Amino acid sequence: MRAVETRPPSSRRRAAAPPERPPAPRRPGARARRLRPLVPYALLAPALLVLAAILGFPLYRLVSLSFQQYGLKELFAGRGTFIGLRNYQDILTDPFFWTVVARTLVFATVAVGLTMVLGTLVALLLRNLARPMRVLVTAGLVAAWAMPTLTAISIWQWMFDFEFGVVNWLLTRLGAESFQQHNWFDQPLQGFTVIMIVVVWGALPFVAITLHAGLTQVPAELEEAARVDGAGAWQVFRHITLPVMKPIFLILATLSTIWDFKVFTQIWVLLNQRPSREYFLLGIWSYSESFGVTRYGKGAAIAVVMVILLMLVTSFYVRQMLRAVGP
Amino acid sequence: MTRRRLARAGYNAAAVLVLLVTLFPIYWMVATGFKRGADILSFDPRWLPIPGTLENFRSAVGKPHFLQDVRNSILVVIATIVISLALAFLAALAAARFRFSGRALLVVMLIVVQMVPLEALIIPIYLMLDRAGQTDRLAGIVVTYMTFVLPFAIWTLRGFIVNIPEELEEAAMVDGCTRAGAFRRILFPLVAPGLVATAVFSFILVWNDYLIAYVLLRSPEKQTLGIWLASFTTNHGTEWGAVMAGSTLFAIPAVVFFLLVQRRVVSGLTAGAVKG
Repeated sequence: MRAVETRPPSSRRRAAAPPERPPAPRRPGARARRLRPLVPYALLAPALLVLAAILGFPLYRLVSLSFQQYGLKELFAGRGTFIGLRNYQDILTDPFFWTVVARTLVFATVAVGLTMVLGTLVALLLRNLARPMRVLVTAGLVAAWAMPTLTAISIWQWMFDFEFGVVNWLLTRLGAESFQQHNWFDQPLQGFTVIMIVVVWGALPFVAITLHAGLTQVPAELEEAARVDGAGAWQVFRHITLPVMKPIFLILATLSTIWDFKVFTQIWVLLNQRPSREYFLLGIWSYSESFGVTRYGKGAAIAVVMVILLMLVTSFYVRQMLRAVGP
Repeated sequence: MTRRRLARAGYNAAAVLVLLVTLFPIYWMVATGFKRGADILSFDPRWLPIPGTLENFRSAVGKPHFLQDVRNSILVVIATIVISLALAFLAALAAARFRFSGRALLVVMLIVVQMVPLEALIIPIYLMLDRAGQTDRLAGIVVTYMTFVLPFAIWTLRGFIVNIPEELEEAAMVDGCTRAGAFRRILFPLVAPGLVATAVFSFILVWNDYLIAYVLLRSPEKQTLGIWLASFTTNHGTEWGAVMAGSTLFAIPAVVFFLLVQRRVVSGLTAGAVKG
């Protein structure tokens, strides 16, 4: 309908004119009609302009910085020196880079996997609980979800305290004598276990509650029918529940990947703002190159690599998601 | 029959485990906050904060600049949310209710933009604000928060608006309302709860920030509450009582607001994401 309005070939207009002859009093005038296609752009303009300034420009700056030598000297002068691909060359030939990339990928994969699998299990559990218990468990999940990240970090830091932490006490009680005075952050693998617990504990409630909400949309008759036809619990889940829930799974997996890939605060605060290099993930490395040793150019190059990797990892999901959203 | 009862027992046992894992850490924080020093530093944990004390809360609140930090946090949060929501509402209206060329591109952009990690953008943002003399200024941090609050708010509000049947506005327009009038009289009241929910969720996003405040705000009287909280977890020989009391205080506003809108946010986020 609007296509007709915006394209006024004179002959067609003449043909359409007669029925419009008696001017209805409340019809918008010709001027208003001509301006109508511009309305959405006018509504969008303020937000898009602001986004271009505060998001678009920094993005451009990030990329241009990554091609520059930009240290303390340049910071005071206010401009960097173009050095082409040197920053990238530096990073890519540094074996440490590949260690950090692998570490980041493994960390994100394990975190997303744990969050999704545990979240699904809790969501399915919620469905199988009697009402009072379900309300109680949901309340617990919501409480954990509501905790700010910084609060969650201090709680777990305290529970894993080497001297008076309740975790070491419990493990010792369970028969592992060696956990008295055990410092979890001495060994990166154990340290990352604690970090993983904090991350998954924070993300799990959102995933579980959202999946549970989604599960209510799975038609019960379908599952019942499959069960009558002799499908086991796993088969029902695999062939009925999973396909219906696919869009929600995709969104949750994408969000979790984005969150876990760039995890920063948990590591930074848990390790008292000076993590050793064994704890570097891409985000931490980029940060400490820039703000720790003031090599902003190299830090920016690491950040660009991080963004590209993240895009690669999530492009698969996003494509699926766009298919769900439609044109 | 017995098999079903067995299954029920299994489910309930699993439920208790989930409850323990989610609630015990929170309980432990609150309990530690009320414990006396000697009970905190005991090799065998004292499960109940009895006899209790308010000493830890006093010492947390008594940290230098606490009131200043509270004021800064409130200022920053309100400024960020008011500006972002005003801009986001108009943009969401356009994205949800109008057909225009570039609309699909806009939706894709909104998704992609939310994938760009702030951890990467903080470097150019810091350098830009530094040149403009806006580091260590609350205005600078508000602008930085908007980089993620604004796209999030547009996306979420769009979801809320899409869920309101367009027929309602069409009916109003048939009855002689103008399009603007239909938005104001029909759509706006219906989307108001969605606006509140988005505002509260944006509040939580900002409240949760650590990195930006940590990078941008240097002087102690400019800092926000997140930095206040992290500041006494750093030194070795941490006073766990004060840390837990501070963490409890820090969590209260987030929890209160969160409980107000949690249900709506779940439906809003997922609905917004799957409906076109």
